[in-house]
Amino acid sequence: MSTPAERIRSLRRLATSLLLAALLYEGLARSGAFASALLPTLATVARALIDGVLDGTLLAHAVATLYRVLTGLALAVGIGLPLGILMGRYRPVEGFFLPLASALMPIPSLAWVPLFILWFGLGNATAIGIVCYAAIFPMLINAWSGVRAINPLWLRVGSAMGAGERTLFWKVIVPGAFPFLVAGLRQAFLRAWIAVVGAEMLAASDWGLGWVIFDAKEFLKADVMLAALAVIGFIGFAFERLVFGALERVTVERWGMVRAGKG
Amino acid sequence: MVALYGMVRPRVPGGPTGGACRFAVGKCDGIKSVGSATAEPFKARRWSTARVPAFAATALPFIVVGALWEIVAHLEIFPTRLFPPLEAMASALLRLTLSGVLPHHAADTVLRLASGFALAAVIGVITGIAMGRWRLAEDLVLPLVSMGAPIPGVAYAPLFLLWFGLGNVSTILLVGFVSAFPIILNTWTGVKAVKDVWVRAALAMGADDRRMFHKVILPGALPHILTGLRLGLAQAWRILIGVEMLAAVPWGLGWMIFGAREFLNTDVMLAGVLVIGVIGLGLEKLVFKRLEDFTVVRWGMMT
Repeated sequence: MSTPAERIRSLRRLATSLLLAALLYEGLARSGAFASALLPTLATVARALIDGVLDGTLLAHAVATLYRVLTGLALAVGIGLPLGILMGRYRPVEGFFLPLASALMPIPSLAWVPLFILWFGLGNATAIGIVCYAAIFPMLINAWSGVRAINPLWLRVGSAMGAGERTLFWKVIVPGAFPFLVAGLRQAFLRAWIAVVGAEMLAASDWGLGWVIFDAKEFLKADVMLAALAVIGFIGFAFERLVFGALERVTVERWGMVRAGKG
Repeated sequence: MVALYGMVRPRVPGGPTGGACRFAVGKCDGIKSVGSATAEPFKARRWSTARVPAFAATALPFIVVGALWEIVAHLEIFPTRLFPPLEAMASALLRLTLSGVLPHHAADTVLRLASGFALAAVIGVITGIAMGRWRLAEDLVLPLVSMGAPIPGVAYAPLFLLWFGLGNVSTILLVGFVSAFPIILNTWTGVKAVKDVWVRAALAMGADDRRMFHKVILPGALPHILTGLRLGLAQAWRILIGVEMLAAVPWGLGWMIFGAREFLNTDVMLAGVLVIGVIGLGLEKLVFKRLEDFTVVRWGMMT
């Protein structure tokens, strides 16, 4: 995976394929077959992106979106993580919440948007609620199955050596379930990121990247839409690679649990 | 008690430990029935009584939540128009079903989902297999796919609406576009994961390209392909409801609940959400469980 030759090859193919795609797009845009307002050239998109970043509007939108997604995610982790661990440890808790979670999970988070708008009004509260709904199930299910996947032998060894419930929790359950928790957090972020964009489009509130895209449609500004799309893609990519990649390296791989997590 | 929880547990769709937990349950049941194998009538009675509490255990949380909802609704802490009691929701559901409005909305949504997903399945599986088999295709397509996959599908919605107009075409294309990503990536992984030994063994025994594909590559990659299809369908479903709200299609469940907001018809919205949940659950349980049993399990690729 990380031999130098492989890395060069992957860089080269990345460059080639991007260049080809860009050429194809540019050719299509310049051919005049489509209106330039609908299919702007790459230079126009780049200018919209740079203008937006320089005058700060795009950054402000990104901050608004990040605020919503992180607050919603924090809420989802705050509820989903303890509940999932309790479900994994205690059967009555599992028996009560598992059917509820299984029934709510197949409902897409965006289906709740109209209802949440009525309940919480347009704006931050609705978006945060939708993000929390979208993110809570991956967190819950992964915490639950992570705790259940712990080798019972470890628990018995722990108790045999005189560990109390508290020590058992910190020394066995948390490290043992950690790969699942990281996987759950990662999945939760992806879901949350999708949900926040959709919620911002539907529950429009003047700020946010989703709102920018939706608003630009009204004025036929395809360049602004593509620029905002690029920012959305960039932030998602950065979180996925930098934040979660680093988290996994720091914790899971050091404890030697990564194989168990992927298996 | 073991049998009781065993019945509840496999209901979780898509948990990472699904296989292991099914195995554990089977093991527990095995131990129990060995113990009571000598007393045949006693065993029969144990099963019939175990089944009733299992059902009750599943129903209990819903009864508790429903009762709480009823109490809050009838105390009128919130305005009844915004927080209707369950009987209002049920009557809305009944009224809309009898008048044929709800079935029409649901049928259009399912039709859209099916067309978009069919598009994605065909294109995604073909692209994925091509990428797995030919290096050139992999080099050209993989970077684009892995860059496009993390961008949320809804973000493309306004762009698609601009390019293809409001309505069905945009909706179906967007659903297809979004669900193609997991299908492509998983099919590609699946083809790559086919054991080299199998390919070489087939070659040594004189399999031509066609037989190799049908007898080795396709069955070998199928567990991954099915995972991809399942993920793709789940993603298509999650996105479709949102897109229906944005695209102003004339019929569809997403549009129904979004439209009901204008008239404060909270009961209609809740009925719509309920139907959406039922369809989502049905997709997961009926469509893919069956498909998996028919193909992968029968061919012995998964137990």
